[in-house]
Amino acid sequence: MSTTAHSVVAPGRLSKSIAGAVVIIYALVTMIPLAWILLTSLKSPPDSISYPPKVIFEPTAEGYCNLFTTRSRQTDEYIESLGPPRGICDEITRKRNMVIVGESNYWPRFMNSLIIGFGSTVLAVFLGTLAAYGFSRFRVPLADDLLFFILSTRMMPPIAVAIPIYLMYRELGLSDTAMGMILLYTAVNVSLAVWLLKGFIDEIPREYEEAAMIDGYSRMQAFFKVVLPQATTGIAATAIFCLIFAWNEYAFAVLLTSGEAQTAPPFIPTIIGEGGQDWPAVAAGTTIFLVPILVFTILLRKQLLRGITFGAVRK
Amino acid sequence: MSEIRVENVRKVFGDFVAVQASSFVVEDGEFLALLGPSGCGKTTTLRMIAGLELPTDGKILLDGEDVTFNRARERDIAFVFQLFALYPHMNVRKNIGFPLKSQGMGRAEIRSRVEETAKLLRIDHILDRPVSGLAGGDRQRVALGRAIVRRPKCFLMDEPLGTLDAEFRSVMIRELRELHNRISATTIYVTHDQLEAMAMADKIAVMNHGVIEQFGPPQEIYDRPASMYVADFIGSPPMNFIGFNGGLKKGGNEIAIDHVNIRLPELAEDVAPGEMAIGVRPEHIRLRDEGGLRGSVYETEYLGTNQIVSIAMVDGIVKARVPADLAFSHGQNVGLELDSERLSVFVKDTGRAVRRRAAGAAHG
Repeated sequence: MSTTAHSVVAPGRLSKSIAGAVVIIYALVTMIPLAWILLTSLKSPPDSISYPPKVIFEPTAEGYCNLFTTRSRQTDEYIESLGPPRGICDEITRKRNMVIVGESNYWPRFMNSLIIGFGSTVLAVFLGTLAAYGFSRFRVPLADDLLFFILSTRMMPPIAVAIPIYLMYRELGLSDTAMGMILLYTAVNVSLAVWLLKGFIDEIPREYEEAAMIDGYSRMQAFFKVVLPQATTGIAATAIFCLIFAWNEYAFAVLLTSGEAQTAPPFIPTIIGEGGQDWPAVAAGTTIFLVPILVFTILLRKQLLRGITFGAVRK
Repeated sequence: MSEIRVENVRKVFGDFVAVQASSFVVEDGEFLALLGPSGCGKTTTLRMIAGLELPTDGKILLDGEDVTFNRARERDIAFVFQLFALYPHMNVRKNIGFPLKSQGMGRAEIRSRVEETAKLLRIDHILDRPVSGLAGGDRQRVALGRAIVRRPKCFLMDEPLGTLDAEFRSVMIRELRELHNRISATTIYVTHDQLEAMAMADKIAVMNHGVIEQFGPPQEIYDRPASMYVADFIGSPPMNFIGFNGGLKKGGNEIAIDHVNIRLPELAEDVAPGEMAIGVRPEHIRLRDEGGLRGSVYETEYLGTNQIVSIAMVDGIVKARVPADLAFSHGQNVGLELDSERLSVFVKDTGRAVRRRAAGAAHG
């Protein structure tokens, strides 16, 4: 059914092995930083900055403990006067002459990232699907101009409009609110969603909806029962792209959030300042931050691949 | 089951007139084939009857009720698409049951109706298969099943056999006609294939450039084409035209071509002198040495039961269907004898057929 546009001649053994080697090298180059982050998150602070860098070391949970807690330095006498340590983090902290005094802000920031990231993704994909369906199936007046306008919102980096948005958000009371960030990321992502999804929906023959409408369904029912199930690939691919943008976004998050609605990206660097350069804690924060995107991408990797190669593959 | 009445329906897309003021009636239980080349407006006509397009002008009546602007789902019709449009995310059973679900029918009843339909179409063994792996003929049957399961007022089919290979097509032609005989539902069938139309239809409407050129039973379309277009479109090889110059008189039954007198069926109208043509089907030509019209054999095409002999005449090539056992050599001079009773006469610049009085027929 599907054929690729290239590879007219079957590749030979040599070109296959060269291609394989290139892919492996490229994979290593891109994976080493990720592996290094994971390793660093398991090192002790001295190991993390030792030179030459240590590849073999004794793993410790110190980075993760420091990430999730706030600590204060105490005298040896005070620490000895405490009872037995509660849990592994307590024990590690005491070895550094410190005690845990509370929880850090990492979890709330991480939760903000989840709420804002998934919230804006769901909203952008929902609006994008409806708009794309409209553009694909109906004669919309000035459709080409509207589509160009939608695309043009992505033509300059969003940060170019940071100052006006900052002022607007302050006036509207949207600064440092999850709702404000969801709206902002949705606005940025919806153009991508419309364009990607329009391509996918254009590929679904109209006959399916027409058949459903003749079979006794309204257009809305036909859309939900027949079009949506066939657009799932496109929707999944679009959702990943939207989520990756919202998840990684840093500039607006720094500018517009400081407390309540702060996401993980602007929070992680603030760890560095707290009592020395705590690289293992930063690495731990980064590692945990990577997990949701990793899981989401692995779950939907087929759709993502189809989304990326979209246009090169035809039925 | 019902009657479909199309009155002066016209459809314009921007500057393009897809269908020009067409009127016809499909009677209850009748099988109509809309026949014509691609782009002639036959599919647009069908889609307007289905409610997938709205006509620019005119009326469509189903069973006497004006449904011109009703939505497709309010018309109680079934449509079989060219590419079947089987829902890829459902299996065969769900595809066939889908129209019933919209009516809010209970599960048990849907189940029994689907199974009954599947049995009728002999696809009860594949009910739980996904539609993606089905062979062309089975897809066709599932599409038909989805259409008939609801017992709609009428069936509309848009070239449903277009994607099947030739061998299978003839099997499906027979099945479709058998199915029609059994459930005798009013059917409109769009095709560009004259064999399908001839084999299945009770009536044929031949369309060209948005106009219905002729509407009638297959035999009438074949024997008494209303225009040169119809004559040329129907038949393989199509009707031959032999040009002549002259006028015709009502009641006249003879013309002269190259000083050869040719008898015609009795004509029913006067036609002013001008460029004319007689039309003759290949099988209504006999090759005889004593035949008045003469030409030389250009090529022969052997078909087993008979052969097609192309004869170069003054006016162009004429093809004759003659018994396969006759031998001809290239360049051989032959005489043509035409079956007078079966000839048509056309006015060349308009292409219309001159009305004639034929044996017993009341057709003007």
